[in-house]
Amino acid sequence: MTAITAEQKPDLREPKGWRRTKNRTMTALMVLSFILVIIPLAFVLITVIGKGASAISWSFLTSDIPPQTSPVGVGGIGPAIVGTLEITAVATVMAVPLGILGAVYLNEYGGRNPLSAFIGFMADVMTGVPSIIMGLFIFTVWTLHFGLSGFGGALALACLMLPIVIRSSYEILRLVPNSLREGSYALGASKARVTVTVVLPAAIGGIVSGSLLAIARAAGETAPLLFTIGAAHTTNTNVFSGANTSLPSLIFVNASSPYAGAEALGWGAALTLVAIAFILMIAARLVTARFARYTH
Amino acid sequence: MDQSDQNSVPGLEAIPESATRPAQVKMPEPAALHEPERVHVTGTPIFDLQGVSIFYGSFKAVTNVSLTIYEHEITAFIGPSGCGKTTVLRTLNRMNDLVPGAHVEGDVTYRGESLYGKSVSPIAVRRRIGMVFQKPNPFPKSIYDNVAYGPRINGIHNKGKLDEIVERSLRQAALWDEVKNRLKNSGLGLSGGQAQRLCIARTLAVEPDVVLMDEPASALDPIATGAIEDLMKEIKDRYTIVVVTHNMQQATRVSDRTAFYSVLVNPESDTRTGTLVEYAPTDRLFGDPQDDRTKAYVTGRMG
Repeated sequence: MTAITAEQKPDLREPKGWRRTKNRTMTALMVLSFILVIIPLAFVLITVIGKGASAISWSFLTSDIPPQTSPVGVGGIGPAIVGTLEITAVATVMAVPLGILGAVYLNEYGGRNPLSAFIGFMADVMTGVPSIIMGLFIFTVWTLHFGLSGFGGALALACLMLPIVIRSSYEILRLVPNSLREGSYALGASKARVTVTVVLPAAIGGIVSGSLLAIARAAGETAPLLFTIGAAHTTNTNVFSGANTSLPSLIFVNASSPYAGAEALGWGAALTLVAIAFILMIAARLVTARFARYTH
Repeated sequence: MDQSDQNSVPGLEAIPESATRPAQVKMPEPAALHEPERVHVTGTPIFDLQGVSIFYGSFKAVTNVSLTIYEHEITAFIGPSGCGKTTVLRTLNRMNDLVPGAHVEGDVTYRGESLYGKSVSPIAVRRRIGMVFQKPNPFPKSIYDNVAYGPRINGIHNKGKLDEIVERSLRQAALWDEVKNRLKNSGLGLSGGQAQRLCIARTLAVEPDVVLMDEPASALDPIATGAIEDLMKEIKDRYTIVVVTHNMQQATRVSDRTAFYSVLVNPESDTRTGTLVEYAPTDRLFGDPQDDRTKAYVTGRMG
C-alpha cells in the first residue's frame, strides 16, 4: 500500500460550528419531548395498574355491581363490561359502514360537486361537537320518546364515531395512487368495480385502523351515555330496552363516591377499560397486517 | 441514395447493407437501407382521427390531429415533452374521461364506430382497448390475482380457465419462467421491468383488440427495455399496438409507422398546444422527413 499523508486524507468528520450545535440541540430537544410525553402515560398506567390490579379476579369481571356502601372485594363489574361491549358493538355497526361509505362517496364519487363539499364540511363540524351535546341530542330525539336503553347510548356514540371514521377513511382513500385506479379502468372496470376491487383493498389497512381508533375512543366515552342509558346493577343483554350501564359510567359514578368499596371497584373498572382499549389496538395491528400483506 | 459507393465491390449485393456500413454511422438510416417488406402494406384501419382537438377545461391541449392507425401494426407517437402524444393516446380508449373537464372535438372512430358517440360506454371501449402505463402500476394483490383481475371482471371465475389465462398471459409477456413458482406473492415485490411485464400480462389477459402503451420502457434499464420491445414485436400479429415513446431509437426499432408531434407556442397568451406534424411509415419519417421540424427532431438538433 502506498502511504497517505495526513494532508491527503479527506476530512469526513461532521463539520464543527453552528450547524453541529443546531443539530445536537434539536436532537436533545426531541429526546426531551419524547420523555415529557411518556411521563403522563407512564403515570396513568402505573396508577391504574397499581390501584386496580388487586381488584381484578374472575368473579370481579362477572359479578353484578354491588350497592355503593358494600365493603371492598364484594361484587364486580360484569354488567358494565357487557354493557360497554354491546353498546360499542351496536354503535360500530351503525357508524363504521356508514362512515366508510361516506368517505368513498366524498373521495371517489363526489369529486368537486357542492354536495360533496357540503358533506365534508359538515363532517368536520361534527368532529368538533362536544360529546355531551351528542348525548343531549340523542336524549331529546330518542330517549325522551323511547326511554333509557343501551341503544340510545349506541346512537350517541355512533354520532361521535361517524365523523372520525369519515375523516380517517377519507384521508386514507386520498393516498391510494391514481395509477391503480387507472390500471383498473384500463381493463374495462366500472367505477363501482374499481372502488370495491382496487381502491378499498389498497386502503383497507388504514381504514381498519382508523375505525378501531374511533371504536376505542367511543368505548371510553362517558358524556354521551349520561342521559341515554341510565344505570343498571345487573346485566342487561337486551340492548334495545331497559337501562344499561358501561365501564366509563361506572367509573364516573364510583370515582366521586365516598365509600372505599365503590372506589376500589372504580379502579378495577378503569384497569379493565384500559385493557379493552389495549386489546382493540393490538387487534387493529393484527388486522392491518393481515390485510396489508400484499402491499409490501 | 448513397448505395453506389458502398457497393463498389462486386458480389456484395446479397449482404445486408448495414453489415457493410462503417460502425460510426448512426441513425437515422436512409429509408432504402431498411428491409423492403417492412411496411407499406396497408391493413384494416383500426382508428381514424379527423381534425381532433382535445381540451382540458378551456385549455386546448392538442389541436388538429388527423391520422389512421392500422391493424397488426405498431404505431409510435414521438415528439418533445408537452406535445400531446400521451393526451392523444389516452383519447383512444377514453381514459381522458377520468380527467375532470376533459373533452374531445373532431371525429375519433374505432373500426368505423364513433368512440365518442352518445351511446358508447367507456367501459366497453376499454375492454377492447387496453393500456399499459408509463410507471408500472401492479395492484397490491398477488401476481396471479393481478393477471386474473381483468378476466374476473369480465365474469370468468372458473379456476381452471383462470389458471390457463394467467399462464398464457404471463408467457406472452415473457414473465412466466421468472414468476411461475411465486404466483401467490405480491405483485409489488417485482423489479421495475418485471412489474411492467406483469402489467402487460394483465392487459393481454383480457385479450384486447388494441394495446396502448404510454412510454412503457421509460423507467426500465436497457435489458428490460429490450425484453419489452421483443415482446411488442412478438405480439403484434395478434394485437394492434400504439406506443408513445421518448426514445427515437425505440420507435425505429419497433414501429411500422411513426407520428411526430410538436408544440405550437402562442407567445401572446403564453399557451402551448400540441399538434401532429408528420405521420408516415417509420423508415420514411426517419429517412426522409418532409417537415423541417421533423427533420430537426429526428436528427437530434432539437428536443
